[in-house]
Amino acid sequence: MNANNLTSIEAVSGRACVVRGDDIDTDRIIPARFMKDITFDAMGEHLFEDARKAAKGNHPLDDERFFGSDILVVGKNFGCGSSREHAPQALMRYGFRAFVGQSFADIFAGNCCSLGLVCITLSERDAEALRESVELDPEQVVSIDVSAETVTCRAGALSGNIPKGTRDRLIEGHWDATSLLLEAEGAIEKTAEGLPYVSGY
Amino acid sequence: MSEKPAHLFEKTWRAHKVRELPGGQTQLFIGTHLVHEVTSPQAFAMLRELGLPVRFPGRTFATADHIMPTDTQARPLADPLAETMLSELERNCAESGVTFFGKESGYQGVVHVIGPELGLTVPGSTIACGDSHTSTHGAFGTIALGIGTSQVRDVLATQTLAMGGLKVRRIEVTGQLRPGVYAKDVILAIIRKLGVNGGVGFAYEYAGEAIEAMSMEERMTLCNMSIEGGARCGYVNPDATTVEYLRGRRYSPEGEAFERAAAEWVAMASDPGAEYDDSVCLNGEEIEPSITWGIHPGHNIGVRERVPTPSEASEDERAGIEEALEYMDLDPGAPIVGTPVDVAFIGSCTNGRLSDLREAARVARTGTVQEGVRALVVPGSQEVSRQAIAEGLDEVFRQAGFDWREPGCSMCLAMNPDKLIGREICASSSNRNFKGRQGSPSGRTLLMSPAMVAAAAIAGRVVDVREVL
Repeated sequence: MNANNLTSIEAVSGRACVVRGDDIDTDRIIPARFMKDITFDAMGEHLFEDARKAAKGNHPLDDERFFGSDILVVGKNFGCGSSREHAPQALMRYGFRAFVGQSFADIFAGNCCSLGLVCITLSERDAEALRESVELDPEQVVSIDVSAETVTCRAGALSGNIPKGTRDRLIEGHWDATSLLLEAEGAIEKTAEGLPYVSGY
Repeated sequence: MSEKPAHLFEKTWRAHKVRELPGGQTQLFIGTHLVHEVTSPQAFAMLRELGLPVRFPGRTFATADHIMPTDTQARPLADPLAETMLSELERNCAESGVTFFGKESGYQGVVHVIGPELGLTVPGSTIACGDSHTSTHGAFGTIALGIGTSQVRDVLATQTLAMGGLKVRRIEVTGQLRPGVYAKDVILAIIRKLGVNGGVGFAYEYAGEAIEAMSMEERMTLCNMSIEGGARCGYVNPDATTVEYLRGRRYSPEGEAFERAAAEWVAMASDPGAEYDDSVCLNGEEIEPSITWGIHPGHNIGVRERVPTPSEASEDERAGIEEALEYMDLDPGAPIVGTPVDVAFIGSCTNGRLSDLREAARVARTGTVQEGVRALVVPGSQEVSRQAIAEGLDEVFRQAGFDWREPGCSMCLAMNPDKLIGREICASSSNRNFKGRQGSPSGRTLLMSPAMVAAAAIAGRVVDVREVL
């Protein structure tokens, strides 16, 4: 966490892991029973726990070819469901720094931005090309360029999308919004005064 | 008004905009911040680390819901982890001057039940809470946003959020709903039509005759599951129903101030001629009692329909349907009516309010819970519980063989001791049928209205509630 030290996030490069399937919800990412804690410290240990147990060793996270990956490649509507930041916290603490898929649930994507994690969307065709490429050659380095909004892998440089507001916050190091929001100073109280339900009817 | 016609979302957004942030996001003032024990302790810790106080403690309200046991809530709680979380919330609230509605207050309950109940949720306001079902408060014509813990920290520290804009889709539901069809069925039908990710990037505005006829509690059920359709929030325009609900609530203004407030509230409704990014229409007369058969809320059908057959589905949906049928252990093309249930759960921020309990009790009066079925009724709040008891509903449920419990989130997400065991299948009035959602990694959930849950509990299998009403 940084009040003043801004860390710009312009690129993420590393090996990738593929978790296939659409609508992978936050309960799947981190089952609620592991949220009984007052810190996020242990979240990474329970990432996809039930899904991994159900897959009996065949979950991508248990495939040694993907061990130590930095980027997670997913499908459509990843992170749907709960607003729990425990989900991106678990992914981050496990070691992922970026996510590539066709779409992300709004709150999940917002939570990722707050943590400096990159979510980039690709077209259906390009996302599939990336998934196939990574599954075929998990050793390759996949590179995400935040300002160019591209994902480069052996299948080529794939053109993606990161919403402008998020992109700018990552590049300018304002992904952790607290310091940026504090800069508004008295303008916050001024807005409050103009609202009868806050200042009195 | 000489200004261009605007919808409620735009008017509310404009009134709460502190400034435009570099990059084009908006710094949005959050009028009411609701806090609970699961997503806030880390935020308070981050605040302490930054040396920052809670900026608007008077606009921040807390309660404990997710981890609350429903058999006994005597302190210390039996589960030490739950007790730690509850104590931590109490400490954080006491240290920062935040009002905490604990058990002693008499207003403890699910955060999205107590906000409206206390009159904290008002039209044209912004509300944030570290919980995706914050969308519930949209029933009053608010921008109600579920947020993550880092954003909880931001709101504690600044009472603002960095937010990108949203598009607005107007969803009109025409006509009158038929008997046995509830708000739950309407939102399930909407999600079925638009998909679980159809709302990504949108706020949903619900309108039309069927919506206008709904009570506030029904509108809350509707808006509650906006998030299940992928929408960031959903709302209903404020009207006379909204105003009457708010009259006399604990935090509502009184006397002339109430009348002034009411005029302001109603004026926040969308103007005729406002432009929307998208519009969709459903015929309310055609909506059937609905039920989920799969592993997300979009996997739902009318109770008289059959479970889908993968080979008849589009290529895009096939793999998802196959995965869902395998998990649920349902046969392709089988009728959903008759599916045996092991557990029945009535409660949650979706359907744990007085009118939900009344509808379920109507059904409970017609029989007794099937042997071997565990049936729980968990009121959404202490206030709901008091009102239900005053009407004798607790006795109706007990006599029918249901367990009458203390308020909390309970088996909606099973962070307390109320859980499915093994492969149990649960008829549930909650909002999510995700794999493992109700506490057992292999447990199964069928979402439906509270009346349908009560009917399933009595029959021991899924039935069409219209047969017993």
